[in-house]
Amino acid sequence: MQDFRETEKIVIRRFSDFVWLYERLMECYKGAVIPSLPGKNAVEKFRFTAEFIEVRRKALDVFLKRVTAHPELRKSEDVKNFLQADEEIWAMEKTRSTESSVFKKKPSDFMQMLKDVQSRVSDAVMRKEKVVEETDPEYERMKHYVVELEEHLAEAQRHAMRLVKRQRESGKNLADFSKALKLLSQCESGALKQTLSDVADRAEELAAKQQKQGLDLLLTFEEPLKEYVGIVQNIKVAMADRAHAYREHQELLEAYSLKKLSLEKQRLLRPDKAGDMEADLQLSKEQCDEAQTRYQRIVDLMNQDMLRFQEGKTHDLGLVLQNFARAQAELAMCTADTWGTLLPVLGSSSMTREEDAYT
Amino acid sequence: MMGSGEGNAQQARLYTSTDAMESLVLEDNPHSFLSTSDYRSAMSGGGSMVHEAHPLAASPEQPTGKFRDSFSKGFQNSGRSHSLRDTMIEPPSYADAIFSPYMGDDLNGSSPDLGIHSSPSFTSSPSSEFLSVRVSDPQKVPETGSSLVPGGSSYVTYKFSTHTNIPSYLGSEFCVKRRFRDVVTLADKLAESYRGYFIPPRPDKSVVDSQVMQKVEFIEQRRAALEKYLARLASHPVLRHSDELRIFLQAEGRLPLQPTPDIASRMLDGAVKLPLQLFGETSSMLSPQEAAQPARGRELLRMFKELKQSVTNDWSSGKPVVIEEDKEFLENKEKLTDLERQLSYASQQAETWVKGQQEVGEVMGNLGLTFIKLAKFETESTIVPCQRVFAADAKRTATAAVKASRFYRESNALSVKHLDELHEYLGLMQALHSAFLDRNNALITVQTLTTDVATLNKQIEKSVAASSKVFGGSKSQNRKTEELKESLKNTDEAYQLSHKQYDQIKDRNKAELKRFDEERNRDFMNMLQGLIQTQVGYSKKMANVWTKVAEEAAGSSNRTSEASSSGFSVLN
Repeated sequence: MQDFRETEKIVIRRFSDFVWLYERLMECYKGAVIPSLPGKNAVEKFRFTAEFIEVRRKALDVFLKRVTAHPELRKSEDVKNFLQADEEIWAMEKTRSTESSVFKKKPSDFMQMLKDVQSRVSDAVMRKEKVVEETDPEYERMKHYVVELEEHLAEAQRHAMRLVKRQRESGKNLADFSKALKLLSQCESGALKQTLSDVADRAEELAAKQQKQGLDLLLTFEEPLKEYVGIVQNIKVAMADRAHAYREHQELLEAYSLKKLSLEKQRLLRPDKAGDMEADLQLSKEQCDEAQTRYQRIVDLMNQDMLRFQEGKTHDLGLVLQNFARAQAELAMCTADTWGTLLPVLGSSSMTREEDAYT
Repeated sequence: MMGSGEGNAQQARLYTSTDAMESLVLEDNPHSFLSTSDYRSAMSGGGSMVHEAHPLAASPEQPTGKFRDSFSKGFQNSGRSHSLRDTMIEPPSYADAIFSPYMGDDLNGSSPDLGIHSSPSFTSSPSSEFLSVRVSDPQKVPETGSSLVPGGSSYVTYKFSTHTNIPSYLGSEFCVKRRFRDVVTLADKLAESYRGYFIPPRPDKSVVDSQVMQKVEFIEQRRAALEKYLARLASHPVLRHSDELRIFLQAEGRLPLQPTPDIASRMLDGAVKLPLQLFGETSSMLSPQEAAQPARGRELLRMFKELKQSVTNDWSSGKPVVIEEDKEFLENKEKLTDLERQLSYASQQAETWVKGQQEVGEVMGNLGLTFIKLAKFETESTIVPCQRVFAADAKRTATAAVKASRFYRESNALSVKHLDELHEYLGLMQALHSAFLDRNNALITVQTLTTDVATLNKQIEKSVAASSKVFGGSKSQNRKTEELKESLKNTDEAYQLSHKQYDQIKDRNKAELKRFDEERNRDFMNMLQGLIQTQVGYSKKMANVWTKVAEEAAGSSNRTSEASSSGFSVLN
């Protein structure tokens, strides 16, 4: 990576640092599809199981990989600091950029923000919801697509989560059944005793494998789906930012044209007072242009990212599905093989018919 | 893996029907779960084909046409009924049976729903005799004489259809209508006449209100339970030949078996006679046979005596009679208690496990459906071409998931049937308890009578002594002595009888225990075999399905990986 001072560096960061970085990126790169961050999970914090930590670690790893792979985000100073700054410098940088971001907004912006809130409130109260929205049909399609996609992915993730839960439960149940068979074998004698014991042993092995596969399933199937739900949610955030920027621009544009009209009137009536108004108009034009630039930046970032998103989704989720199939195949084969070792012991003439029926 | 190259005709047939299943199901049709029923009927077609060709039993005496026909007919019925009942979404409950192409060696062909023997079946019968009973056709019958009462009570009758070649049954196919109360009578009668045998427990009397009794579900449950019960009776080597059973199955009209009045009413009867017995003026002396039976309500006095005896005995361990054989019996009893405990635990865990697997199958199915919807969505709202690739991936996985879900369901249904054996034997433990109780009661009777004999002997001694004190003998005393001697003779006879009965019961216990062990051994081995085979079979099926998907996915992703230079994707 070119812009980084050193080729390889190890730094220590905590989860709240990630949250900070995430929020910075959200603020500074409106319109981009910011990668998804794992949940804060205030409750689980008190139960730092090894599994929880591993799941979180992997998610954070993916987050950073995505950030550094993003053509725009990787240029961010905040990202660079995050990845490279030593502890003391890191602490300073964090505070500095937070402060500057708060005060970056000019007083007029504050006023504008207040006015925005005011007008929105009064509009809502007066039920005059001035719906100032883009009317681009293609963009409309995309918006609907995104909303529906989130629903589908969320449903898939929920089922994935249930599958993980059930498979792990099943593993535990099998382990219990194995114990029961073991106890039963002690009540029996002869070949039956041995067979029961063998079946119990295989069951125990299989149960352990199932439990392990449960964790794999969580990491390689449920978590990626969860991540993608988060990504799509961030697309929606970008869409909201875009709508907001569009509205802002439109309102400033309207304000500007009103001011222009009143200036022209003023020029006719009181040319001497026109000077102030001209300056005001100029300011208004600048604000308007700035708003337009902001809006355009958002649109550009979004279009770029939507393309990347679609291709990424096809590739990533395609791989996820492929791995899922492979994992299921492995588990099934393992199950067949483990139980299969018992067949010669149990075997009888009817067995061959069975096996063939299943091939 | 087509066997050791024996190219058996039915194997090929079964194989092709499996093959047909694979191609039949789930094309580009998202509503493909409808073809589940096609699969089932395809399999049932294949299954019954197999069974027509396959010789059911090696024995040449097997009545060919009729038996097999009714058998495979049963098969087809179950196959059809299940393809109608079964849908994609609804999972079968635990004991829900579905058709299976696998058949155990059940000579008694019990319930048509179960493809494998449901009860400890007796296959070591000397000849190839069989007795098969089906319970069907529940009918509500209004209670006669209740026309005065509006909406009077009614009861349900069931049709008991028997098919047998046992000679003592005159005829080979016949049916009767009986109600549940008749079954209770049958069970009680058998318990009286066949003490010491492991008599299968009958279905419970249900303590539910008449509203519930009318419900179709309840009636169906009871019907199934009755069928199972009759199957167990029919497979018991001794009970199947009993008069009571034959009468039950064959006698037309009202059941000509005298119901045994329950304990309460018997107590009442006995209470009337008690004062007379206490004053020793019972003119009706019990015949030795009656005396040899353990006291029942009518002989309250003796009941109290026996109770006293049993308390003295510390009867649960039967200590006073210390014969070596008894030690063996006690050991066995302990082992059986332990066995019962473990059976109960294993049966529970088995149920939990299968239910858990059921859940997995269900979620897998839902997951599949979700991805089908997602694929459809991506196809319909395509903005960029790569969405179609994703849609294809999603669909492929979804199809496999749906198939896997079905495999889970089928595998579970079969596993449940196999594992039900644990439950069966658990239920049978009740029969063991009864048989051991019979033994105990018989022992108590023996001991009571022993004491009685001893007492009488003492009394005779005293009487003789008293008589000799009087010069020339006392006429009244001599009369008394004579009476006592008469009583002693009867009591002694009773004692001899009771001892014989006790021995008989001991022998029966022993024989039954041996049979129980042998059958349990065989049935459990079969259970394990069936279970493992099912698990292996379906796991292989699932592995095949998933492997294909993984391979196809790998093939197509090689193409797209070149295209994804966007750098967005980071998963490896």
